[in-house]
Amino acid sequence: MENSVNENDYSHIKGWGVDADPTNEPTHPMKKYTGDDHNRINWVRPELQPVTVEVLHSNERPNVTAVFGTVAPPSGLSGAIRRYAFKYSESSYGHWLPLLLADRVNVVEGIFDDFKRGHIPNILAEKGWKAELKHNPKGLAQKVFVTAFVTAAAITWLRRK
Amino acid sequence: MLAMNYRGPFRVRADQKPYPEILHPNDAIVRVTRSCICGSDLHLYHGLVPDTRVGTTFGHEFIGIVEEIGPSVTKLKVGDNVLVPFNIACGQCAFCKQELYGNCHESNPQATAVGGIFGYSHTAGGFDGGQAEYVRVPYADVGPTIIPADMDPDDAVLLTDVVPTGYQAAEMGGIKKGDTVVVFGAGPVGIMAAKCAWLFGAGRVIIIDHLEYRLEFARNYAQCEAYNFRSLEDPVLFIKKTTDWFGADVCIDAVGGDAAGSAMQTITGRKMMLQAGSATALHWAINSVKKGGIVSIVGVYGPTDNLVPIGNVVNKGITIRANQASVKRLLPRLIEHIQAGRLDPKGIITHRIPLEEVADAYHIFSAKLDNCIKPILIPPTAVFNKGGQTSWKIQ
Repeated sequence: MENSVNENDYSHIKGWGVDADPTNEPTHPMKKYTGDDHNRINWVRPELQPVTVEVLHSNERPNVTAVFGTVAPPSGLSGAIRRYAFKYSESSYGHWLPLLLADRVNVVEGIFDDFKRGHIPNILAEKGWKAELKHNPKGLAQKVFVTAFVTAAAITWLRRK
Repeated sequence: MLAMNYRGPFRVRADQKPYPEILHPNDAIVRVTRSCICGSDLHLYHGLVPDTRVGTTFGHEFIGIVEEIGPSVTKLKVGDNVLVPFNIACGQCAFCKQELYGNCHESNPQATAVGGIFGYSHTAGGFDGGQAEYVRVPYADVGPTIIPADMDPDDAVLLTDVVPTGYQAAEMGGIKKGDTVVVFGAGPVGIMAAKCAWLFGAGRVIIIDHLEYRLEFARNYAQCEAYNFRSLEDPVLFIKKTTDWFGADVCIDAVGGDAAGSAMQTITGRKMMLQAGSATALHWAINSVKKGGIVSIVGVYGPTDNLVPIGNVVNKGITIRANQASVKRLLPRLIEHIQAGRLDPKGIITHRIPLEEVADAYHIFSAKLDNCIKPILIPPTAVFNKGGQTSWKIQ
């Protein structure tokens, strides 16, 4: 049997709507219910921003939104992974896990980009170690000691082999 | 122009970036005069939010002066002092028309589950944020609101997110006069939620965290009880005992995915990222609330899954209410509260840091150094245009 779509005619359903209660609105006052949810096709979209860079869009919508950010369009290996991710819906691990992987790949690409532009990234400064030194010198010393100890232990172990 | 530049988890720097352009007729360019680091920015900083691309600028809490407007902008003019809600909202879609400005359907192509947010990854639209000298503001006729002449700019900048989010957390709790309200998390939003709970008539407000300096701050600022979960045997059991074995009337999760307190949640949620962050606070909220109680969630989680006791939600008949704050809807009432002296947002600001030192600012906030509650960033071009006076000195 085929599914039928009722065009606002529910006369064949006995009791349709008899218990509808307009005060049963748990989203109030977050949502000022206007009925616009049921009028979602008949509305005027805002003017559309011209698409001048590659914009990936969720496959849970038919198109890009009227406005969007143009920063950091997909590029390189991370971009290829992001394009793959957007083949899957927002309810799928196939969407989110590749995006997290792409983010990590993008970090490495970012370091290469820095070098290409002649900029040597000061990773310690980017991690805010100046603030760590000022406000938590003991913690910093501990981190340096632990890192040095673990590195020395690893080197010693590798040399023994 | 100078802007914060994300380079990877726990790595940011101040960098030169191109001046933003008008890309849509209803865009404005705003010269930023104050920008906060939000607790939810730390989720990005920690690498927890998918599609956070290297080179983007964070910052969804900012105020500034309108520098340029697009041809269709009618409600703003160049030189206006504006506060810009963190939500990017078209004002025309079915959601915006019903005042769900945090759920706009025309501002984020990358995800349908969340509307556009300034500087909050491509999962929230790929917009650059306001931790910069200048920022592009889409739908300039909808979100930006002119700052009342008598309002302190430090109050205004906190109206872009922290105050509305804290207020909505309490509002969603459906607090009745005399209710016991428990807020998990004594960060800026949790402290504000505790403060706002009194406005709805709470009879008792309890805040739970593990950082003593924040608990002390909350006790004084929000006039509430504050307890360290590290010194409680079990925070859920404590709430049950202190409510005559009944449970709290309302529990608020003001932490989100960076929560501490459960080794299992921390390892699976924050370290291994097998969950969309650690759900410890939500877990405690569900188990601490009374049967038939309300759990209000404003803490930010990632888009995948979390381990929470959903069976207890069903068996206890709990109502869960959650959303991004609808800033534009709440602004008129919140401005009244500030003008009447009922709320003092600027009282939570503890650090004013030049934008040039953004890496240190993030580290201080993330590592909870120097008793930091709320840091704000001041760009070098931040000059208050009132009578041409440069009155916003860095303190």
